[in-house]
Amino acid sequence: MTLPRFTAHDDPGPDFAGLVRRVGLTPALPGGDLPSGLTVPHGTTVVAVRYADGVVMAGDRRATSGHLISHRTIEKVFPADRYSGIAIAGAAGPAVEMVTLFQLELEHYEKVEGSHLSLEGKANQLSQMVRNHLPAAMQGLAVVPLFAGYDTARGIGRLFEYDVTGGRYEEQDFAASGSGMLHAGTVVKLGYRPELARDAVVDLVLRALWTAADEDSATGGPDALRGIWPVIATITASGYQRVPDDELAERFEALIEEIRAARSTSGPAGGTLPGGEAR
Amino acid sequence: MSMPFYVAPEQVMKDRADYARKGIARGRSLVAGVSADGIVLVAENPSATLRKISEIYDRIAFAGVGRYNEFDQLRVAGVRHADLKGYSYSREDVDARSLANAYAQALGQVFTHEMKPLEVEILVAEVGPDAADDQLFHILYDGTVIDEPLRAVLGGDAEALGERFEADHDPAADAATVLRVAIRALAGPDRTLSAGEIEAAMLERNGDRRTFRRLTDDEIAAAIDPTDGASDDADSADPADAPQADSDSADDSEDPATGPEVAGDPADVVDAVLEEPDGDAAGGDGEPAG
Repeated sequence: MTLPRFTAHDDPGPDFAGLVRRVGLTPALPGGDLPSGLTVPHGTTVVAVRYADGVVMAGDRRATSGHLISHRTIEKVFPADRYSGIAIAGAAGPAVEMVTLFQLELEHYEKVEGSHLSLEGKANQLSQMVRNHLPAAMQGLAVVPLFAGYDTARGIGRLFEYDVTGGRYEEQDFAASGSGMLHAGTVVKLGYRPELARDAVVDLVLRALWTAADEDSATGGPDALRGIWPVIATITASGYQRVPDDELAERFEALIEEIRAARSTSGPAGGTLPGGEAR
Repeated sequence: MSMPFYVAPEQVMKDRADYARKGIARGRSLVAGVSADGIVLVAENPSATLRKISEIYDRIAFAGVGRYNEFDQLRVAGVRHADLKGYSYSREDVDARSLANAYAQALGQVFTHEMKPLEVEILVAEVGPDAADDQLFHILYDGTVIDEPLRAVLGGDAEALGERFEADHDPAADAATVLRVAIRALAGPDRTLSAGEIEAAMLERNGDRRTFRRLTDDEIAAAIDPTDGASDDADSADPADAPQADSDSADDSEDPATGPEVAGDPADVVDAVLEEPDGDAAGGDGEPAG
């Protein structure tokens, strides 16, 4: 591969996505609608919440193609760089490709320019990538991410949600995306307090994902049998850190116990139906 | 005197090579050496913001001497080459050897076909799992690639510097030791360098994905012999050197290793990193029409 050199007026600068297009590595998208026989896996339900130390991001592990489960262990939450993360919902293939390109974009900028992008700059960059993806989205390959990070300049966590046209909206408390976003979002909303501690916020997003999985067939719940847990990561002054699986296993145990206890206290043998009949 | 219609190709190439060599020898030097902890790269660079040593990829670093704008363009091209290759194939497939070959091709092309050669020498370094796997590629202004086993020296008075460095460099030593030896070699027998005049970085053999790390001023100062610390500050800040530095900058026969920019006005020093001193290129070669 030759050395890519450009004249001064032609130079794509630190823009890696532009460089990829310029050297012809981005294939042109086919026009028209996708034929109905071409099934594309979709991934769902990711959520991000601000808390005392920064931001937490979480996503389930299921990808579906229509009514079939196509993947049980797909990851939807990734580190974009040391102090930020990206969570994806939508068509799985294009979404993971967008994540890869976004990670490369941030690293490339840092190496070419010699300095890091600001958090706002990163959010804006992602916004442009989602906007450029709109033609594919209109064919049924939509990608709708969440972006969150620790703003080292301000010392707080910040989070952004996007719409399919690339519109960027900074949220103060929490955001959710995917087919289970309404269920997960409501659970977070009910449990949210400003400046939650780490344990409390991890439990909150766990419960949110569990509820979404309980209501939405396209969202996967925890699988204790196979040891498949959601991907949950905190982004703080210490950077992006994934919550380990064994901690998640314990927290889910506690959550299940809590739900079981709540169900058994609702009456003899599980409670009574309206009208007085025993269950 | 009439213009000659024919110039022997050997003469053309020799003139170009001399031109490039003079440009490079005028600038400051750079050394790189293998250590137990990874590869240490050290440059004499008074600027705190304009870099001679930079990251290319996970295990690959770039260093350049000569004309700053030219080797910085090569640096950016190298980052692009590496990121595109890693994107098309995988991160493990990006290596220093193919990058060095790409640089050699580009530099050779410019040397032969362009009006003026690039007045640069560059180094591409790759750290391996063991010291035996570390690689240093030295690429010259005409596209020659030299695969150096343990150490490399670029720019300035490279031969004398290389002898000094080779005498003391132990590849099995830790990084701080190799750094100290490198700074002593760069300074030479006649002067001492302070931490503010040194740019240093490492490719660390620590198992992380990205191995490149710039060394802090504290680390550099700690590597410089502590008993020289007080005299370093006195030397570099001595205002009596300033008028001498200005008059020396016009003198082409000044010893390139110490150069005209040892001390004095910071603006002169940054300019020397960026641009060649004017008038010297024609002055050294005799009549411009020759």
